[in-house]
Amino acid sequence: MKCFSRYLPYIFRPPNTILSSSCHTEADIISTVEFNHTGELLATGDKGGRVVIFQREQESKNQPHRRGEYNVYSTFQSHEPEFDYLKSLEIEEKINKIRWLPQQNAAYFLLSTNDKTVKLWKISERDKRPEGYNLKDDDGRIRDPSTITTLRVPVLQPMDLMVEATPRRVFANAHTYHINSISVNSDYETYMSADDLRINLWNLEITNRSFNIVDIKPANMEELTEVITAAEFHPNQCNTFVYSSSKGTIRLCDMRAMALCDKHSKFFEEPEDPSNRSFFSEIISSISDVKFSHSGRYMMTRDYLTVKVWDLNMENRPIETYQVHDYLRSKLCSLYENDCIFDKFECVWNGSDSVIMTGSYNNFFRMFDRNTKRDVTLEASRENSKPRAILKPRKVCVGGKRRKDEISVDSLDFSKKILHTAWHPSENIIAVAATNNLYIFQDKVN
Amino acid sequence: MFPKGTKRKFSDGEEIPDENPADIKVMSSYNLQRQSLLDMSLIKLQLCHMLVEPNLCRSVLIANTVRQIQEEMTQDGSWTIMAEALNSNQSPSDRLVATEILCRPSPKDQDEEKPFSDISYEGCDSVSCHSEEVVDDSLCEPSSEAPTYLPSSIGTWDKEDQKENSEEESEEDSKPEEQVFGTFEIKNPTATPDPALDELFSDVDTSYYDLDTMLTGMQSSPKMGPYDLLDSLSSHSPSSISSNSGCRPDLNELDHIMEIIVGS
Repeated sequence: MKCFSRYLPYIFRPPNTILSSSCHTEADIISTVEFNHTGELLATGDKGGRVVIFQREQESKNQPHRRGEYNVYSTFQSHEPEFDYLKSLEIEEKINKIRWLPQQNAAYFLLSTNDKTVKLWKISERDKRPEGYNLKDDDGRIRDPSTITTLRVPVLQPMDLMVEATPRRVFANAHTYHINSISVNSDYETYMSADDLRINLWNLEITNRSFNIVDIKPANMEELTEVITAAEFHPNQCNTFVYSSSKGTIRLCDMRAMALCDKHSKFFEEPEDPSNRSFFSEIISSISDVKFSHSGRYMMTRDYLTVKVWDLNMENRPIETYQVHDYLRSKLCSLYENDCIFDKFECVWNGSDSVIMTGSYNNFFRMFDRNTKRDVTLEASRENSKPRAILKPRKVCVGGKRRKDEISVDSLDFSKKILHTAWHPSENIIAVAATNNLYIFQDKVN
Repeated sequence: MFPKGTKRKFSDGEEIPDENPADIKVMSSYNLQRQSLLDMSLIKLQLCHMLVEPNLCRSVLIANTVRQIQEEMTQDGSWTIMAEALNSNQSPSDRLVATEILCRPSPKDQDEEKPFSDISYEGCDSVSCHSEEVVDDSLCEPSSEAPTYLPSSIGTWDKEDQKENSEEESEEDSKPEEQVFGTFEIKNPTATPDPALDELFSDVDTSYYDLDTMLTGMQSSPKMGPYDLLDSLSSHSPSSISSNSGCRPDLNELDHIMEIIVGS
């Protein structure tokens, strides 16, 4: 009988399940999840173009055992569906990515993007309002001037907290192809947006101009064999960024070298294992996500079956490779047939870069401890989400005898996929998006 | 992995009598898998061409898979065997049925009889909606009707209805890769360079211009999209399809397809 706590340093338990819709409409499918830099706020974007922000409760002294839970703080419609008349094509309002800006004043700022347009949103609180105007009364009705005999100074009175989201910038018309990534630079002045073939650099203040820094579009589109799949700025070096491709390669570029960074500074690619070669080799090598570690020393890539950790100083192979769901390797043809092989899973680091997490099918998600080399499979489901329940590790059995509590590969539900997860920047709190449900798990209070 | 109940026939033309029968079995199994994958990929390319805005990454990956299979088939000579069979209009080299996705009945066709070129906003909606539905349902549910038809341009057929459907598909397959990326950009406009027109539009963003040209081109060009084919097929009588003369123009078309696929 294995003790759960041995697998990882943390035991996760769910405080509550938030944002679950009973009617499963397509628009409610969560398409991105992101904590802000302090972890106080958690933003989700969905297929209907909405952004929902959760705020962590302040830990009260009265109930010290009750860790701060996340409650809805603000909801707004970020993007609307559009129609491109020139191409006669719809532009989906689905939020592909949300990235927070570091907080510089009382308001919060985030970037949200759909396929074509990036928007900068300001989320601010209002908890006071002025009362005691002279020319109008508190209801807003204009007072009859003849009744005004004295003057008074309006004072600020407390009011119920109101959270407003206002669009401050709209960065549009810069992408012919679908935006897959946005990344804020560590200089806090610029950010980049990447689509299938190009990466543009923006100044946060300027919306009518952007600089193209990567362009891999061939002159003849028939020669196109590779697209950009993800891009990210280095967390500390404002001149460095990486972008990954559908061929399983990562290029690190230095913006100081040239204005157009088509020539990379470093090229990361693992040589192919000839014994594993199949017609699907290229497809499963396509990188769906790339993330720098918080330290900036490593980066992590996710392809269909594995997560790889790379040392930025070593280009010829990753330093660590973790199998997410290798039991799918024999099912690739079926997964190609039902298009699951094109699913883009994301991956995240924990705050100390010691644990990495990524999603899988059947609402499973996996964590790998880089130090102990232990891994665990957990499930995001309603049954597991009773308030004081502890998440039980799950196991997929490949063949032969299936033990109790194990699930066989053929019983996996491929429509329940966890593509988006987030890890609190400093604590062991994770957010897992399972289709239209958001699960937030915290580790056990000691 | 393969659909149940489909018949696999071994063509007389491909038999190599001096090899070990066990080897033949293994080899043909691999060939069948490969062919099936090729057919599936071509279908996917066609389907994603019909969606509102195809996912470029997915299209590129599928196209690369197709290219890879073609290269391998060219190397081991299977490609030339099929090409020869085509050219000489030999007796049917029976084909493996690809997957169940091919056996979706006409409801999809009925809904989408609008020619592809006449796509409007509503058309976009219905096209994307229906084709997505078809794709999702058919690909995820293995249980469907038994009769299937052949997606590829290569090969001839047993039954008349199979032939009819294959014909439709074969023309759909014309330049699958071109059509995929053609959605995004017109090819190098070497065909009819018009300096006056270029000058007129010199300050226009070329990507939009290219797409616009391509879309208008689609309306007028003889190259048919999938929906035009349905219209044209309906005017064909079934008897004409089985005749040799009916097949000849198809073979020219097929030659053309072959050239492009092989990448000459």
